[in-house]
Amino acid sequence: MGERVLEIRNVSKCYGDNPVLSQVSLSLNRGEIHALVGENGAGKSTLMNILFGMPVIHETGGFTGEIWVNGNKAEFKSPREAMEAGIGMVHQEFMLLPGFSVAENVKLNREPTRPNLISKAAGPKLESLDSGKMGLDTRQALDRIEMDVDEWLPLVGMPVGHRQFIEIAREIDKTDLSLLVLDEPTAVLTETEASSLLAILKKLAESGVSALFISHRLDEVFEIADTITVLRDGEVVCTVPKKEARVETIAEMMVGRKLGSLRTGGSGRIHGNEHVLEVKNLSVDMPGEHVDNVSFSVRRGEIFGIGGLAGHGKLGIANGLMGLHRSSGTVVCDGEEIPLNDPKAALEAGLVLLSEDRRGVGLLLDESIENNIAMPGIVGRNRFVKRLGPLPISIEDRKSIRQHACEMISLLDIKCTGPGQAVRRLSGGNQQKVCVAKAITMEPKVLLVSEPTRGIDVGAKERVLNVIRKLNEEEGITVVMTSSELAELRSMCDRIAIMYNGKIQGILSPDASDAEFGFCMAGGGGMASD
Amino acid sequence: MRKRFQLKGGFSAADLLRQNAVPILFLFMCILGVIVSGQNIRYIAQELVSRLARNWFLVLSLIIPVTAGLGLNFAIVLGAMAGQVGLIVATHYKIPGLLGLSVAVVLSVPIAVLLGISVGHVLNLARGREMITSMMLGFFANGLYLLVFLFMVGTVIPVDNPEIMLDSGVGLRGTIELKYCKYALDNLLKVRLFGVNIPVATFGVVIALCLGIRWLYKTKLGQELRAVGQDMAVASVAGINVDRTRITAMVMSTVLASIGQIIFLQNMGVINTFNSHEQIGTVAIASILVGGASVTSATVGHGLAGTLLFQLLFIVSPSAGQRLMGNAQVGEFFRVFIGYGIIAVALLIHSWERKVSLESASRQSALKGQAKATGNM
Repeated sequence: MGERVLEIRNVSKCYGDNPVLSQVSLSLNRGEIHALVGENGAGKSTLMNILFGMPVIHETGGFTGEIWVNGNKAEFKSPREAMEAGIGMVHQEFMLLPGFSVAENVKLNREPTRPNLISKAAGPKLESLDSGKMGLDTRQALDRIEMDVDEWLPLVGMPVGHRQFIEIAREIDKTDLSLLVLDEPTAVLTETEASSLLAILKKLAESGVSALFISHRLDEVFEIADTITVLRDGEVVCTVPKKEARVETIAEMMVGRKLGSLRTGGSGRIHGNEHVLEVKNLSVDMPGEHVDNVSFSVRRGEIFGIGGLAGHGKLGIANGLMGLHRSSGTVVCDGEEIPLNDPKAALEAGLVLLSEDRRGVGLLLDESIENNIAMPGIVGRNRFVKRLGPLPISIEDRKSIRQHACEMISLLDIKCTGPGQAVRRLSGGNQQKVCVAKAITMEPKVLLVSEPTRGIDVGAKERVLNVIRKLNEEEGITVVMTSSELAELRSMCDRIAIMYNGKIQGILSPDASDAEFGFCMAGGGGMASD
Repeated sequence: MRKRFQLKGGFSAADLLRQNAVPILFLFMCILGVIVSGQNIRYIAQELVSRLARNWFLVLSLIIPVTAGLGLNFAIVLGAMAGQVGLIVATHYKIPGLLGLSVAVVLSVPIAVLLGISVGHVLNLARGREMITSMMLGFFANGLYLLVFLFMVGTVIPVDNPEIMLDSGVGLRGTIELKYCKYALDNLLKVRLFGVNIPVATFGVVIALCLGIRWLYKTKLGQELRAVGQDMAVASVAGINVDRTRITAMVMSTVLASIGQIIFLQNMGVINTFNSHEQIGTVAIASILVGGASVTSATVGHGLAGTLLFQLLFIVSPSAGQRLMGNAQVGEFFRVFIGYGIIAVALLIHSWERKVSLESASRQSALKGQAKATGNM
């Protein structure tokens, strides 16, 4: 150790008027594993893009500050230059070609070649590939990470975990690799895969390759990192050696205290102790978000929050209740047991989900606003249809659809040119409002809201939250809200359950201290105050 | 930790059938057609041989853009135009035989390169809509072609050659006989086998092209073409110049098409000045699709087999129609229907697959985004 591999000095970056990084400094020694943790939008990705010379940075006006790599000042204009300087990147979305073999992927655009007659005349592009050497080099790289897969197998059909390792093999095959940047490498891995990945990182570090490791899994960070830097709102909150750090303090620093107004007058709306939703021993098999034997109950008229770090199962609960992922347990809604694994039954029982996957599951992007709003009503509740005379055929009732859409647009203040506008053209916040309108159309008893403000700009966030609050207060709809933003949960909910490792670690009041929340998220103590 | 990854199963007969459903279907239709038409096998063989010699090169010019992710290149029509320009000039100067063909090639290649570069640039602007764009470029270029050869020849371009020009002295004739270089390549080396004349030299050129394409995919450039064809984003992150690679693919395809058209026309012996180039796009594309190619994958084998089946159907369908329906036109209609139908089906399947893969990709990225976003609480 001791030799500086990377030094980032006072880097700042704005997107337009929006500062995303300010005065960020960070340094890495040879063989060091440095973990970068931070909340969503803390600026980690931007920092990586700067480090890797991504075009998006230059297209938006560059950045200020300095980056030194191996003692040289670096000004990367493209990922290629960064690679040549010895920086390897393991991308979050795999940068691999499915139709190519492992070796072809590892060697992509760095293929060893042999000149031939034609290439001597027409240039090096026409040199023959040296497939023997390609295979050999790849074999070596794979051996270094102890992977036994045949280097000539095509990537198609390989499990996700393999692909992650092949990405790493590709990076370490680069001869002068001195720094490996990993952006949430374990997000898509199973537990055993993740732990072998960590083992490999450690081995690489011993052989002198430094790693900048971005992860949201604090347990992993604490397992392998030598140093931890916490980034929040584009600023470095602290950099500490792992030995001196505690999980709870790191979690607390990540979350910070960006609290808006706390919920006021909450208790008035809870009607006694009547439970509208009771969940017993719920387990959900959602990839990456396992829920393990969870029990809780929600009172009528309450806003019940579910928080926790990613991968600990908070998203699994709503998806499991709706039957979108395989689940087991007992769920009772309004005194009636809901059969699990049956989305239609869940809908009929009065559960409605505002999905976190807004664009994928929630909306038909190319359909009009009115059709999006009316769709679930037509399908699930038999609304907006009329009989075609005496025939046993129902057709949609355009007039009532339009009328309902107009009501919703004014109720939720959806900014649009009219009910006929395609949803794709709306901003994220307004798309979310359309989702809310859809949910209301289903006349829910319990509204499950997952990540309602993800991908929405700051101003619109507040409006979306207000809409949910309004539904709760004025329409009396019980809400179960899942969010990765703790501040949001605290400003909305009456009680907040914190998930850890698939279990409810504690149910806290929104005015509990940051330390308590941090403690729960890091898996400390059971402070169930139910 | 040691990992084992095993390829599941081998190739089963059912898989083989499914993967080659289209060529197999056409093979049956061809066999049926041959039987029903009742034509002399030797006649069919002779027709087939000369049609293969005529068409194979053109069809093979489609392969490179497909592997580079540009889809079926309807813009080979532009290459064909370049080839015709070369032939017309060679005919104008009465250059005979193989020399005439060589002059035609030498003249048309630079034109084809220029056209290929411009088409490549346009297609880089029209990512994701390459096929319709290349088709429209074909129509557009046809307009220019007409302008030049119907109006400018004899006025702006001083030409005076009543053999190839209209009597008015402006514009070219609708058909130009290739007196001087007809069969120049075909007759170079001819072998008679079982009573069938085989133009060995022409097939030799085709074989050379096949080998050349095979060889190309073992070079650095070939690897880049395939990488770009699979995923432009990945290729570009790996440092491959995607735009340039795509343009290279278009240039190669256009140049090959211009040579292909010259081979085609020396066998026909006559240029339909204003039509010859127009049909080749759809015919060549239909051929390669019949061979089992798709918008995203095409091989030399697809091109060779597809041309064989498609041309065989050409030969037998009129008389099959005559025998079955008492009308040769019916066979002809059927053939046209098949030709365009197969293109339509291929495009449909492609857009459907694209939609499915886009959806699954967006779902995946949503899931990943979800894992990521929630992560950093």
